[in-house]
Amino acid sequence: MRRVLDALAVLIAAVVIFPIYWMVLAAIKPAGEIQSLHQRPWTLSPSLDAFRRVLAVNDFGRYLLNSLIVALVVVLISGLIAFLAAVALTRFHFRFRTTILVVFLIAQMVPVEALTIPLFFLVRDLGALNTLGSLMLVHTAFTLPFAIWMLRGFVAAVPDELDEAAQLDGASRLTVLWRILFPLIAPGLAATSVFSFIHAWNDFLFARTFIISATDRQTLPMALLVFFKPDENDWGAIMAASTLMTVPVLIFFLLVRRRLVSGLGGAVKD
Amino acid sequence: MRQRFTPLWLLLPAAVVLGGLFLYPMYQLGLISVLDFRQAQVSGGQPTRFVGLDNYVQLFTDPQFWSVLLATVGFAAACVVATLAVGAGLAVLLTRISRVPRLLLSLAAMAAWAVPAVSGSTVWMFLFDTDLGFVNQLLGTEGFNWMYDRYSAFALVGAVVVWSSFPFVMVTLYAGIEAISRSVLEAAALDGASTWRTFWQIMVPMLRPVLAVVVIQSIIWDFKIFTQIYVMTRGGGLAGQNLTLNVYAYQQAFASSEYGLGSAIGVVMMLILLAVTVLYLRTLRRSGEPL
Repeated sequence: MRRVLDALAVLIAAVVIFPIYWMVLAAIKPAGEIQSLHQRPWTLSPSLDAFRRVLAVNDFGRYLLNSLIVALVVVLISGLIAFLAAVALTRFHFRFRTTILVVFLIAQMVPVEALTIPLFFLVRDLGALNTLGSLMLVHTAFTLPFAIWMLRGFVAAVPDELDEAAQLDGASRLTVLWRILFPLIAPGLAATSVFSFIHAWNDFLFARTFIISATDRQTLPMALLVFFKPDENDWGAIMAASTLMTVPVLIFFLLVRRRLVSGLGGAVKD
Repeated sequence: MRQRFTPLWLLLPAAVVLGGLFLYPMYQLGLISVLDFRQAQVSGGQPTRFVGLDNYVQLFTDPQFWSVLLATVGFAAACVVATLAVGAGLAVLLTRISRVPRLLLSLAAMAAWAVPAVSGSTVWMFLFDTDLGFVNQLLGTEGFNWMYDRYSAFALVGAVVVWSSFPFVMVTLYAGIEAISRSVLEAAALDGASTWRTFWQIMVPMLRPVLAVVVIQSIIWDFKIFTQIYVMTRGGGLAGQNLTLNVYAYQQAFASSEYGLGSAIGVVMMLILLAVTVLYLRTLRRSGEPL
């Protein structure tokens, strides 16, 4: 029985991974094989032509860089603000604390897609259309509620006695914050960062809405759609671009796999 | 005295960001939804005009809105059920297999989870392409366009959604099952309980809090799917047959310049998800969550 289940699991794993395999395979297939009416699930003459086409001709490197900049800025700012808020919500007891927590929880559920219209006008009035800053701004806001909610669990796990001992030894509040709490919740911050990074990296809707005419400020998801043409799609280039977009997230995910699961468990239980 | 104000200082940055980019836009969304707000008003050619509930009346008397709402609910429900069935099934499978297959399956699931929505959509589009798609060539159905028919198009988008969201369910439920103490499961096995019975009468009741979180999260995610539908059906499918509320609102606003109408759809969506959220909060409280 166990052997049957093992075989079944391996088979399912193969099916689940197959689209990713197909994406990478199509990216390194020579153009002739992509256009073939008899697609083979392997290639004997791998080539980097599609990647060259994407990177050299279409300046995909720039979009990759744009996406990276937006995602990293969002991770840094959102992480910092979330850390401060999480400390306030776990280390202090004040009126409306529970109310604020519930508000953050509700904020996670808000369909931010519905806010596209007002945010478009807000960004327009700020004169920030066609800038990467507009994307950093909205994604910092969208990732905050979840980041606060998740970090709260990690801050709460650091015993109160630790801050008190440091304060008795004459450390200021700021020192406690930076020298004691911050390093201790670094793992939590890492897990939170993954979520913020992926959120910003994957965004298609706001990039499409805010970056209207400045093609050099586009991020990956929008740039990818350039290869869809009414007459004939350049599948080799599309798959190469998709691969370029997927690889950083994939590496990130596999690196923090364990932490992700335990962090999620914390977020779910918390 | 300083002590009393410290939490406020710490919360201030979060409050500013969320106030400016969450609360204010939400207020604006409601405001625009009661205005006559179209191309002429956007460019400043005409002043905006308060029209009360006109946008809502127009919306609720439009048969297309009801058809889109029905499609959204049906599509989300199908995605949620499929995601939960696949995720829960595989979570149970994970507990009953050897180490190496377990590692392979969880790595594959993690990889599918990590793939960005846009990349996932394009890969599945290529797999199901009319002539060059591997699936059509495998099935011998070359020339069949999956996007022409409303239901096959929805099914294909749904498959991508399930593929990318079952890992969350699987990983969370697996962690939950692992947390159930071995002795309980062993006792059940000793008493001769079947796998099926163990699942329904021991695991499901013990996992209820985790299940609630997973179900509600899935409902919220699947109800507001945007990228997959927009990319795969090119903005809503032939004659808008694959529109869901999210894409419909977006198209009304940014393609037809009906910003007032688009905002009204946004408000409707917001209210539906608010109802789901209240349900979620009540479940959390019932499971003894100390806030």
